[in-house]
Amino acid sequence: MKPAPFDYLAATSISDVTEALAASSGDGKIIAGGQSLMPMINFRLVKPTILIDINGIDGLDRIEKRGDRIRIGATVRHYMTATDSLIQQHIPVLHDAMHHVAHLTVRNRGTFCGSICHADPAAEMPMMVLLLNGVITACSVRGERLISAADFFVSSLVSTLEPDEFVTSVEIDTLPQNTGWGFQEFSKRHGDFALACAATTMRIEDGAARDVRFAMMGVGETPLRLSQIEAMIDGRAVADALLDEVSAALKDILQPNTDLHASADYRRHLAAALARRALRDSWRRASIRRGETDE
Amino acid sequence: MNEKKITVCVNGLTYTRTIEPRLLLSDFLRHELGLTGTHVGCEHGVCGACTVLLDGRSARSCLTLAVQVEGMAIETIEGQGSVDQLGPIQEAFRQHHGLQCGFCTAGFIMAITDMLRYHPLETDEQIREALSGNICRCTGYEHIVNAVRELARERGPLE
Repeated sequence: MKPAPFDYLAATSISDVTEALAASSGDGKIIAGGQSLMPMINFRLVKPTILIDINGIDGLDRIEKRGDRIRIGATVRHYMTATDSLIQQHIPVLHDAMHHVAHLTVRNRGTFCGSICHADPAAEMPMMVLLLNGVITACSVRGERLISAADFFVSSLVSTLEPDEFVTSVEIDTLPQNTGWGFQEFSKRHGDFALACAATTMRIEDGAARDVRFAMMGVGETPLRLSQIEAMIDGRAVADALLDEVSAALKDILQPNTDLHASADYRRHLAAALARRALRDSWRRASIRRGETDE
Repeated sequence: MNEKKITVCVNGLTYTRTIEPRLLLSDFLRHELGLTGTHVGCEHGVCGACTVLLDGRSARSCLTLAVQVEGMAIETIEGQGSVDQLGPIQEAFRQHHGLQCGFCTAGFIMAITDMLRYHPLETDEQIREALSGNICRCTGYEHIVNAVRELARERGPLE
């Protein structure tokens, strides 16, 4: 038996969760899929006094479209996001990203919102909520709070979520039909954490890229939305000259760590190469989709 | 101790036990129910040896608490077949030499059960991607891929 002892509550309502979290004075943890939390509990890196299981709360396992946004509930598992037709149709860049999220068995249990809360800087979903202007809904006995993804990630595994708050859903942008996208990741084994990853979306107007979004992960303490790079691309055609500028700028901006898996220099090199590929894919897809919607 | 009583259905048989919340499903199966076919490798979700099915979908039993599976249907390697009558995946592993030491095999077979139910497995790339969560240190995977390819062909396309 590896975990330290804890109490267990099978919650059936959101108020069950918020009340138990408040009563635990910061030592309670929420469990949904447990694919990140359980390894930490098994190693006793985390020793909660109470685990609050949210799997039995009705209505949290839904993916819903509201206007031009999609809302993903707290117990939506990765396999559900990966196979959801709304997401495939309206956020193809997220559909592509899902293929890189862990392994089949982990996707069966792990949740979208859980991955956001865990805030791993080398995980796909935190970067995707930054790219897609995500808003995180956090509930506590004090009420409901909306947190912009841009204000959520603080450092590796650290977010601005308070210890008594429970993420009930995350809302993200859908993409207009004329939007192109690119998603490029490199990891040593399929499904492992990324050594570097780039995601981008754009549309083309009068031969120039517009509404450019660009994010990276695996190359810093948090996932990164890089507005400098977006500004550099906006209004220009994605061609070799621009991609050279982007590569050079990334090598200046990014401060990756050296670890067991890769050196900082290698990560920087990889980041530039993946950024080029993702931007090319995005431009190509935007060209095709502009043709399709030109009528 | 804040013990909890759980009732689960494992391979069609119902069991009720009183357990500590911190008991992992892998240890519950092995120590409480005596079903030692589920192997425990890394105990932190990396190797896939402890894979079982929860309500029809594969899960790492070392990353699942036994209290969480209250009321669920669990399938383990013991439900696949017996020494005298191997199940179809076990038989494919035998035919293709999909194992050597056998430690990882139960986990592979449970993951493959899920793959055959829900995944297209039309190309070797898809098969290898689906198998990527399970580690085998003996076979080099080729013979496992061969076994899955044949099983997927026999199954035909997913509906």
